[in-house]
Amino acid sequence: MCIFEILEARDLAPDVRYLRIKAPKIARRRKAGQFVIVRATPDGERIPLTIADSNAEDGWIALIVQGVGKTTKIVNLLEAGDAIRDVAGPLGMPSRIERFGTAVSIGGGVGTAIAYPTAVALKEAGSYVISIIGGRNSSYVLLEEEMRAVCDEVYPTTDDGSYGYHGFVTDKLTDLISERRHLDFVLAIGPIPMMKAVAEVTHPHGIETVVSLNPIMVDGTGMCGGCRVVVGEETKFACVDGPEFDAHQVDFDLLARRNRAYADFERRRDDEMDPECVIGRSHTAPGATS
Amino acid sequence: MKEFTLRERMTMARQTMPEQPPGERRANFSEVNLGFTAGLAVLEAQRCLMCSRTVCIDGCPVGVQITEFIDLVAEGDFDGAAKVIKRDNSLPAICGRVCPQEDQCEGACVLARKGRPIAIGALERFVADYERLNGLMTAEPPSVRSGKAVAIVGSGPAGLACATDLAKQGHDVTVFEALHALGGVLTYGIPEFRLPKEIVQAEVAQLEKLGVAFVTNAVIGMIDTLDDLLGEEGFDAVFVGVGAGLPRFPNIPGENLIGVYSANEFLTRVNLMKAYRPDSETPVYDVAGKRVAVFGGGNTAMDASRTALRLGAEKVAIVYRRSEEEMPARNEEIVHAHHEGVEFQMLTNPVEFLGDDEGFLTEMRLQAMELGESDDSGRRRPVPIAGSEWTEGVDMAVVAIGNSPNPLLPKTAADLEQTTRGTLVADDETGRTTKEGVFAGGDIVTGGATVILAMGAGRRAAASIDDYLRGGVWESKPAGVPV
Ligand SMILES: Cc1cc2nc3c(=O)[nH]c(=O)nc-3n(C[C@H](O)[C@H](O)[C@H](O)COP(=O)(O)OP(=O)(O)OC[C@H]3O[C@@H](n4cnc5c(N)ncnc54)[C@H](O)[C@@H]3O)c2cc1C
Ligand code: FES
Repeated sequence: MCIFEILEARDLAPDVRYLRIKAPKIARRRKAGQFVIVRATPDGERIPLTIADSNAEDGWIALIVQGVGKTTKIVNLLEAGDAIRDVAGPLGMPSRIERFGTAVSIGGGVGTAIAYPTAVALKEAGSYVISIIGGRNSSYVLLEEEMRAVCDEVYPTTDDGSYGYHGFVTDKLTDLISERRHLDFVLAIGPIPMMKAVAEVTHPHGIETVVSLNPIMVDGTGMCGGCRVVVGEETKFACVDGPEFDAHQVDFDLLARRNRAYADFERRRDDEMDPECVIGRSHTAPGATS
Repeated sequence: MKEFTLRERMTMARQTMPEQPPGERRANFSEVNLGFTAGLAVLEAQRCLMCSRTVCIDGCPVGVQITEFIDLVAEGDFDGAAKVIKRDNSLPAICGRVCPQEDQCEGACVLARKGRPIAIGALERFVADYERLNGLMTAEPPSVRSGKAVAIVGSGPAGLACATDLAKQGHDVTVFEALHALGGVLTYGIPEFRLPKEIVQAEVAQLEKLGVAFVTNAVIGMIDTLDDLLGEEGFDAVFVGVGAGLPRFPNIPGENLIGVYSANEFLTRVNLMKAYRPDSETPVYDVAGKRVAVFGGGNTAMDASRTALRLGAEKVAIVYRRSEEEMPARNEEIVHAHHEGVEFQMLTNPVEFLGDDEGFLTEMRLQAMELGESDDSGRRRPVPIAGSEWTEGVDMAVVAIGNSPNPLLPKTAADLEQTTRGTLVADDETGRTTKEGVFAGGDIVTGGATVILAMGAGRRAAASIDDYLRGGVWESKPAGVPV
């Protein structure tokens, strides 16, 4: 059996970790926009995580994990030298990469990490790339340095004005549009309300816009249909048909509702998860440590 | 066979297999059937008439030598009986539990006309369990190696059976499985109370002893294509046994409401991810005290409805558009479902699901059906009765109306010909596909079928792979399966 060793683990923001994992095969095959399904403990849940970066030569992939549910919180307790039990992928369709005149990559919170590889690929394809990095406050503005290294323009924005542009990513996008910049393509990845708002801004201007959806998944191979999303009246399985879709066709409200399916379960589980018992669990979980 | 005269044997009652009482078992996930005792098995075996025309064997898709093994059971040589079965069936403990015997061996048995066919399935199960529980399963990797390597894609019954035979022929076999656990539908679909996972694990352990390597989390098509396997990965042949795992939905309004599941998702959450355990990390819709409707009439529908009962549902109904007679499920499962208190709402079809503001399922609109003319399958086609619609309250719905082949792998191999139904084109006898070095069998070729057919196809492909590897000639003459 493969062992997915963690080569590096560090904090990017409160509750947000960067994990570099040894996975030579996945590193060689993955393309921007694809994800892996991760299982951290012997009876753990299967959760999808987008591949944020990779290096085929050195044989690693990077994941950026926000500790929102029990599994992601457990994953975020892992350190370099630990191992992740199961990593399956790459899964999903790669991003559509083309040479667009001007492309805008918009990331909200950890969404920036998911947008990053696609921004890199768009740049490599010869597009002029503008990056808008949104965060609640300055500590949630992620990967600014990395984005600056590849993009032509980078605009950090914060909801509270603690850093960069004071406002939402959509405000900055609206500014760009009203400055009469010609935008050919927008990629928006982040919380559902943010993606929906971006779609509403670009729709009247006819700017092609793509979002990456994050429905609840189980297998990630098209076997269960739990990841159903509706795009242009049609039901799609996000794990195999997506995760990226035409933002102007996506039923965001349905996605938001379906993502709340297990809210009660999550709440109950969170109550059980006082920090002490979490630590106990991660250390006793065979397979979670190497 | 000496104890009873032919006349006596003709009149003896069929032994019934002990089972957990319905009231008890509907609240637990332990196996429903408890299996024959040795005494019951011998008694039942002694009932066999030992017909010279073995119609039971003709009824078995893989030709198990039924009279020969039953004769050994009657003599008390249970291990010998198991070995006889294993010549033709590599997974008897599983097939004894899940085969539709009434349509196969037991349906053909001459005593079936009197309603008392020999309990061949229960006997098969008994001897296979006897062999396993007494540590009599044998597995020695052959010392003479062929030097050839075969990749098996998918660890369902087709893949496991193919791997067994190839390993015994001295080839190096690696099984690639997309999920984190092995066994295919046997593990993620069929519930613990019908097929304990320990049995599937024992089969896998046997294969490991034979030297078969297993790679989980390997989604072929995504991580490696078939060309990669045959090229840089160095395999000489590939067997594709990826099953029919794509759930069909009825395509009616409201089917994306929360609480509407495909059977695959519901069963995967409960079986593979163990959501029935209180400490499970994976959630499943909480049906305790709730109303559940399961749509379909196959084994999957029975499994889903009985799983919902065990999760504490107040009321579970199977909603099927034909009548009980046409249900494709095994008889035993239908009987068990009835006994456990599943309601049967026949000649009924859903037309719409309705929900609340939060997107949770609350009601379904149903429609009455009547049976019209026979269709291609010989069953009478259900036709809606105009103006018959009504609404009923429901909290969870499970759609179990069948699966199609998963296009994920075929899509990545352009030279692998598919039918219009999405199944792979492969010769029935040899498993050869339209792509050199690639063989296929099981549900990916037939569409959703049975464990025994998948197992049989895996074994025929193994024989043909062995031929190909030793002779090195690729003669592809796919039957051109009618589409
Ligand atoms: C709920 C349920 C109950 C059933 N009950 C019965 C019964 O009582 N009796 C009976 O005879 N039959 C029953 N069946 C049908 C029977 O299980 C199937 O016909 C049989 O399992 C098919 O075997 P298979 O090997 O072709 O495929 P599967 O068992 O489907 O196995 C295929 C495997 O391939 C894996 N896979 C898929 N794609 C890839 C990929 N790209 N790369 C790597 N791996 C991949 C899958 O994850 C899976 O593990 C039932 C089916 C279901 C769903
Ligand atoms: S996650 Fe199961 S089909 Fe997409």
